[in-house]
Amino acid sequence: MTVNFDHKQSAHCESGVVSNLLRFHGMEFDEPMVFGIGSGLFFTYLPFVRVNGIPGVAYRIWPGQIFKRFSDRIGIKIERKKFSNPGKAMDELDRMLDKGQPVGMLTSVFFLDYLPAAYRFHFNAHNIIVFGKENGRYLVSDPVMEQTTDISYEDLARARFAKGMPEPSGRMYYPLLVPGDFSVEKALWTGIKQTSDHMTRIPMPLVGTKGMKYLAGRMRKWPERIGDRKAILWLGNLIRMQEEIGTGGAGFRFIYAAFLDQAGQKLNNEKLIDLSKQLTKNGDKLRDFAYYAGRVCKNRKSDTKTFAELGDILEECAQQEQAIFSELYEVSRSK
Amino acid sequence: MKQEQVPQDQENLNEGKLAKLYYATDDQGNYIKVNSIGWEPETVAMQQAWDVVNDEVEIARKKVIEGKASPLLYWIKKNIMTISMVAAYASTFGFLVRLHCKPSFFNRLSRKQLEKYAYTFRISVEELTDIERLKKNDR
Repeated sequence: MTVNFDHKQSAHCESGVVSNLLRFHGMEFDEPMVFGIGSGLFFTYLPFVRVNGIPGVAYRIWPGQIFKRFSDRIGIKIERKKFSNPGKAMDELDRMLDKGQPVGMLTSVFFLDYLPAAYRFHFNAHNIIVFGKENGRYLVSDPVMEQTTDISYEDLARARFAKGMPEPSGRMYYPLLVPGDFSVEKALWTGIKQTSDHMTRIPMPLVGTKGMKYLAGRMRKWPERIGDRKAILWLGNLIRMQEEIGTGGAGFRFIYAAFLDQAGQKLNNEKLIDLSKQLTKNGDKLRDFAYYAGRVCKNRKSDTKTFAELGDILEECAQQEQAIFSELYEVSRSK
Repeated sequence: MKQEQVPQDQENLNEGKLAKLYYATDDQGNYIKVNSIGWEPETVAMQQAWDVVNDEVEIARKKVIEGKASPLLYWIKKNIMTISMVAAYASTFGFLVRLHCKPSFFNRLSRKQLEKYAYTFRISVEELTDIERLKKNDR
């Protein structure tokens, strides 16, 4: 059983899945639109959440939130299911496919053998769409891939029931009801307001632009506090969170700038287009940061740029983002 | 990032399977989508993460050959898993998994227990218990 499924590649898996699923149901939302309306952009530094002893850092909101916020704001009703065992989960998937309903689901990239080996860590919150079954293999639309691909029953069942944090537990979802009419304008402003509010106005030191500034400060002392070897590992992790697959470059800043660009054109608002250009510049600075940090990691010595200098670049980014998102908040507050 | 600045570094870990999507600006400053085959800083960071994994696998392999650890430890490291993840897959307890990483406990495991661990790593029981193969595997 296969359906005609129009797959488009995207930078980020969650917003890409939403965009592709909605296209199937006759609603055209480009990926940046989904990301922006769902308020995907964020920053947090989580020194107390350690993965293999490396402090966590996130340039985005936690998994699942973009989809939830987006569907709330547009008024899409989503059916979500989770399962107690792989057999039931796969049977239910087959039933939905027989009905001709493409299904979004959470998987672990470790078991997705169509991805390059280097990407296959135990990351358990990757979103894909399964839209058909042919010769016992499931047809997959993975938003980060250029083309659709396929996967065996066994691998897919494993990927959907991976263990560790967080457990996907076979979670799957599909739109039940797409609204006939809705106000894009209102959704756009709500999304912008929430992002700019969260980036600048949460009174906690570890989130938003304050978190970025805090990290910049801490980073300067990494080499003396934890030693060169560890400091370089921590720095490498920072690059990965910012630039690895699914970010669209510069820790989602380019996707968000693309969103502001599109939103500005849609709302005929010059201010948004101007802020998009400013955010692009800031994204370029973050790319510079990753470039110099990469040099430090490659030489395994901090002779190219010191951690203090890297911290300076990051602090500058934090200041600029504070300015950009404050302005964005002022623009969106009255809407 | 302008569209002509989108990096296309030949040296990457994508095996030709993947060209990631980036958002970049055209001449008018409007956003378009551009594919990139790789970027060096990202490749460096990813390689660094794998170096750490591979080092740990090698340390575990040596321990197993010297008889200081059971093959279970090697397979845990090889699959980049943690003790608690293995416990969840093999439906047992973390402290038991830790004990079974010692040869004296591992050698007394029942066939059924071994099958659970073999299932976890998607290998056969023979592969799981085969130390000779690890000796030949000189990286």
